[in-house]
Amino acid sequence: MDPLDPPSIPAPIAQAQGLVKRYDGRTVVDHIDLTVQPGECFGLLGPNGAGKTTTLRMLLGLTPPDEGALSVLGEPIPERAREARRRLGIVPQFDTLDPDFTVRENLHTYADYFGLKGRARRQRVEDLLRFASLESRRDAPISALSGGMKRRLTLARALINQPELVVLDEPTTGLDPQARHHIWQCLRGLLKSGTALILTTHYMEEAERLCDRLAIIDRGRVVAQDSPQSLIRTHIEPHVLELDGPTAMAWLDAQTGDLPARLWRMGDLALLYTLQAAPLTAALEQAGIRYLHRPANLEDVFMKLTGHELRD
Amino acid sequence: MSAFPLPRLSLRFIPVWRRNLRVWRKIMVPSIMGNFGEPVLYLLAFGYGFGRLVGDLGELPYMVFLASGIVCSSAMYTASFEGMYSAYTRMSEQKTWDGMLGAPLNLDDIVLGEIIWAATKALFSAGAILVVAAVLGLISDLRALLALPVILLAGFCFGACAMIVTAVSRSYDFFLYYFTLAVTPMLLLSGVFFPLEQLPTAVAALAWALPLVHVVEIVRPLMTGAWPSQVPLHLSVILVYGLVGLTVATALLRRRLMR
Ligand SMILES: Nc1ncnc2c1ncn2[C@@H]1O[C@H](COP(=O)(O)OP(=O)(O)OP(=O)(O)O)[C@@H](O)[C@H]1O
Ligand SMILES: [Mg+2]
Repeated sequence: MDPLDPPSIPAPIAQAQGLVKRYDGRTVVDHIDLTVQPGECFGLLGPNGAGKTTTLRMLLGLTPPDEGALSVLGEPIPERAREARRRLGIVPQFDTLDPDFTVRENLHTYADYFGLKGRARRQRVEDLLRFASLESRRDAPISALSGGMKRRLTLARALINQPELVVLDEPTTGLDPQARHHIWQCLRGLLKSGTALILTTHYMEEAERLCDRLAIIDRGRVVAQDSPQSLIRTHIEPHVLELDGPTAMAWLDAQTGDLPARLWRMGDLALLYTLQAAPLTAALEQAGIRYLHRPANLEDVFMKLTGHELRD
Repeated sequence: MSAFPLPRLSLRFIPVWRRNLRVWRKIMVPSIMGNFGEPVLYLLAFGYGFGRLVGDLGELPYMVFLASGIVCSSAMYTASFEGMYSAYTRMSEQKTWDGMLGAPLNLDDIVLGEIIWAATKALFSAGAILVVAAVLGLISDLRALLALPVILLAGFCFGACAMIVTAVSRSYDFFLYYFTLAVTPMLLLSGVFFPLEQLPTAVAALAWALPLVHVVEIVRPLMTGAWPSQVPLHLSVILVYGLVGLTVATALLRRRLMR
């Protein structure tokens, strides 16, 4: 390579700059900047109503932004959203499977929307039935499927065009652990084959396991954007002590202000965030208080950045 | 973006249309039975029952007069039903449109596909009546076949108007207003059951401003062995209603769904 060449930075697969969306004068997406690199799994976390779905809808050209610039797969959005959608897959927050069709017919019809024909279409439909482990339910009506099966079919449908990017809005909400692991398995397979993912989730474990980078959004703003590990490292103390019950609370109340930790308390539950656990655990042991000592995780970061109060 | 952008027409409406055809094929037998059954009942009940009382209308036996009217009204009803109840179900209840919007289809493609599908169903049902009329000997000659493209255009027109109602509807109840305030008056005023000359001039003038009478004016001569007159005028009225309907419906639906 010519040493004078600038280092090649891969073009982002999706990019939003200063994205704004208002509904009835209320700003629900408030100057969001996002960059998603090819092949990466990018997560959007945020409380209910934070603006995740609205952001994705703008990204997909399903609603025009009020301000800001957007490009997905090199196409300006919303001007060329249709061309972008030709090359991406969508798993919406709420299933939009066609109840007038069986499992197989759903895939078949969706392939038709993408212009797939003949042998290629039949082959793709068969491959995806296998991918979603729905071969034995191929002729079942949608109403006969479990929640997990519907979600798998929706994911399979999103892959009909072998997309370069798949956008998933809460892909595993409402699923049992087995079904969730199955979807994770599928998503890991996609990442391995180089497909980029943008996903929203309320499950911190899901985000920690799958996402290379994620943005935490709250009230339409990005409050942090980084890898899960960096977010934990930079935004929160590494040790967490969980206390609960009246004895523990009484002990806490007796501590006069010099606790070497950040305290969060609700009712009979308290979380102590600290840089050094040893002095606290020693004190707790001495007082005979039961506690749980664990490393800080993404949920702690999320709660710290978005607050503990209920949303919506 | 301007407030009232024109619909972008494209052949991408075809997969939308084909989706509806595929569903229709699954229930083809009862659909076709319905297409034949109802008009036969109408023709027999009105034609024989009423026809005895009415006798001939000018040169035409009442049954012959009525058959051509029912072909047109059936196109109107079928397209209106499909453009309202069925399209609304797919848009709102089944989220079929949302699914399509995840594919490389635009709302414009979906609206156009739905309206052309409504026209297709109008063609099926009016075509079935044409067959029944032919079997009963109520058709003069092969000119009746020329009624088919007119019926398709009429179906497009009524489907497009119905789609406007769908665009502003918040529930199924709303469709009743349109039937009561638009479809039924049009049915009664447009020369389907009796000649327009029977109406007071002011009412007739209103009828001429609506599309159905123009459909009847072309289809009736074609089915009764004559050449219609003023065809460009009649076709223009039907076409204008259709195109305005398509434009307004697309704009309203964009505002409703792409917000
Ligand atoms: N079409 C709309 N019209 C009016 N308000 C809307 C519309 N769509 C979304 N909103 C509002 O915008 C805000 C953000 O909604 P959005 O669906 O993007 O949140 P979310 O982060 O996806 O939430 P959840 O986790 O519950 O899915 C909410 O307050 C919602 O009520
Ligand atoms: Mg959402």
